[in-house]
Amino acid sequence: MSKFLKKSTLTIGGAMLVIGVAQSAAAQQYNLGREALPEEVAAWDIDVRPDGKGLPVGSGDVYTGEEIWIDKCASCHGDFAEGSGRWPVLAGGIDTLDSERPVKTIGSYWPYLSTVYDYVNRAMPFGNAQSLTDDEVYALTAYILYSNDIVGGEFTLTNDNFLDVQMPNAGNFYPDDRVEVEMPLFSVQACMSDCKPSVEITMLAAVVDVTPEAKTDAVVEEAAAEPVAVEEVAVVEVAALDMALVAAGEGAFRKCKSCHQVGDSARNRTGPILNNIVGNPAGGVEGFRYSSPMTEAADAGLLWTSEELTAFLTDPRGYMRGTKMTFRGVRKEEDIAAIIEYLKSFEAQ
Amino acid sequence: MTEQFKGMKPSRRAFLRGAAAVGGATAMGTSAAAQGDPAITELKPWNQFLGEGVDASPYGMPSKFEAHVRRQDVPWLTADPISSINFTPLHEMDGIITPNGLCFERHHGGVAEVDPAEHRIMINGLVDRELVFTMEDLMRFPRENHVYFLECAANSGMEWRGAQLNGCQYTHGMIHNVMYTGVPLRLLLEEAGVKTEGKWLLAEGADASGMTRSIPMEKALDDCLVAFKMNGEALRPEQGYPVRLVVPGWEGNMWIKWLRRLEVGDKPWHQREETSKYTDLLGDGRARRFTWEMDAKSVITSPSPQAPITHGKGQTVITGVAWSGRGTIPRVDVTIDGGVNWHEARMSGPSLDKSMHRFYYEFDWDGSELLLQSRAHDSTGYVQPTKDQLRAVRGLNSIYHNNGIQTWFVNSDGVAENVEIS
Repeated sequence: MSKFLKKSTLTIGGAMLVIGVAQSAAAQQYNLGREALPEEVAAWDIDVRPDGKGLPVGSGDVYTGEEIWIDKCASCHGDFAEGSGRWPVLAGGIDTLDSERPVKTIGSYWPYLSTVYDYVNRAMPFGNAQSLTDDEVYALTAYILYSNDIVGGEFTLTNDNFLDVQMPNAGNFYPDDRVEVEMPLFSVQACMSDCKPSVEITMLAAVVDVTPEAKTDAVVEEAAAEPVAVEEVAVVEVAALDMALVAAGEGAFRKCKSCHQVGDSARNRTGPILNNIVGNPAGGVEGFRYSSPMTEAADAGLLWTSEELTAFLTDPRGYMRGTKMTFRGVRKEEDIAAIIEYLKSFEAQ
Repeated sequence: MTEQFKGMKPSRRAFLRGAAAVGGATAMGTSAAAQGDPAITELKPWNQFLGEGVDASPYGMPSKFEAHVRRQDVPWLTADPISSINFTPLHEMDGIITPNGLCFERHHGGVAEVDPAEHRIMINGLVDRELVFTMEDLMRFPRENHVYFLECAANSGMEWRGAQLNGCQYTHGMIHNVMYTGVPLRLLLEEAGVKTEGKWLLAEGADASGMTRSIPMEKALDDCLVAFKMNGEALRPEQGYPVRLVVPGWEGNMWIKWLRRLEVGDKPWHQREETSKYTDLLGDGRARRFTWEMDAKSVITSPSPQAPITHGKGQTVITGVAWSGRGTIPRVDVTIDGGVNWHEARMSGPSLDKSMHRFYYEFDWDGSELLLQSRAHDSTGYVQPTKDQLRAVRGLNSIYHNNGIQTWFVNSDGVAENVEIS
């Protein structure tokens, strides 16, 4: 650090400021940027530390947390935080960390409760971040503690009792010690010749066979031209579908799958089941609680024609103000066409 | 074979299907048939007709014959493609610089599309002046250029229990190496005036995951950059446009993209990505935390499962990359017999601190089976360990920081496979 000066005063915007003698890093000033306003810092500085710094005043109980959980979290994390599909498991896993298949949950692994509050508050629900109130975050944190058997069902979490909660695995983390433990082991003269008497193959990746097939334009064309695949699907389908487009749509639909299911075993999740959607009345999936604008549009006779779906998928919230679909929209027109064709392949049989 | 373009490298499966046909094509390429090589004797369209003009592609793209060179994801790895990862096609690359469009992506809330005019960088916490910068302000600070690798801590993480994915793109492709232009983070912190008790920095992104990591002040004041260019052009959206943090030699998750805030504090924050994730669970059930540095590592990129030997025996080029979060790579060793005998590889290209290095080993292949490995030595004297050496220290559940030696088995047809050996 070459630019350190023993500077006692400097000019900012014409005003003379006296810098405290405690300042160690008085360096060159460029007088760039401006002072942050307190309300600007408050808007962005939402982080919470293990010592409680940053925790807002608030409270929430397990029961309230469960209601919010079922509405906003359970579709991915399961009703009891047990996880769904490949979405994170948040409860259970106690005493598995040294086993062959450790289950790292909030209860079994996370060292600090502040991390739960901070993360839920800043990043959840997935796709609608920073939409929860402070009390809702307290309530959800309480419910997660309850689902991990760390607190009872009558528990209310507040900013006052927050630091009393002890996470079971808090003591089992230690700082990186690779420099002490591994560097000496691995910083040794390397053998260059006759290093071992024989070599055997002990494991082959081909046996596991989980490598994805390379996606290239050439391969896609090849797949679309496979007559066998077309016939197999064509037997099931009623309408004449563009199978290449359906295949492309299956890929494009992956971004929808975090909230929507299709097929025989589909369930309503964050979003409704999307079987029989194209050409049918909007808002018609049984058991799904639609937003009021969607219900109103359905009552007014909205049909999900390809045109309407295209408009909706291009800009969901622009198309329908107040829709529960918090997705930003599909950018590529060809992806929308492919998704619609894919959805057509899930019509009544 | 349904290949459209002669001379295009076949995909692995196409290769396995049609190894014989490839052999035939090779013969035509290297020795003139009775009527001569049609590549020479026939008039090609590009010999005769005019090509596109200078107004055809204002932003240039690779040749259509290179369409197979692309990032690739592994759908079963994650619940959805938004909080997910894809992989750099290392097997198709050479030199040390990763082209911007091929740099692997790892997002936790999708690609944020940030309007630079509406982007601000705030410094708050234990500073003399809490400051806000616009992008224009940022670009008025003195800037520097550095080439650094960025490796995800989970690179090779799927291989802890054994050989699993067939291709260095998948086993080692969570890495890229680009030249950054940016402002030393130190200058921004000095502008705000870090108080003496300010020992830690929290960096925060503007994306929907609100990504945050704690960084010790010593590192922040050392070599970190607040970067806005990669390889000379603006950061790509998927790499944090308009501005990202560069934390040389340290795990990629700390290189906060869409950087919007830097908070100075007296303690670490223990955020989700430094407690639940990016901590290394060891065999005894305890976990290392703050494992920031990336250990020395190397991999042979060709031949490899996606880049088989297609030319038959004779003169053969082995090439690969090596890097270390603790310095440079003065030396890489290569073995073709599974580690019985090693040969010092030839390093080529710039040797820069905390950057990728390129190595080559040329030899006359006799067509017999090969067990290929590379072994990096970094400037601290650390030698890349075998996977078994790592497992002896860390167990099988660590997920992160797998820098063990990779083995490719090459059969007499030139087909390569990911294996483990004794």
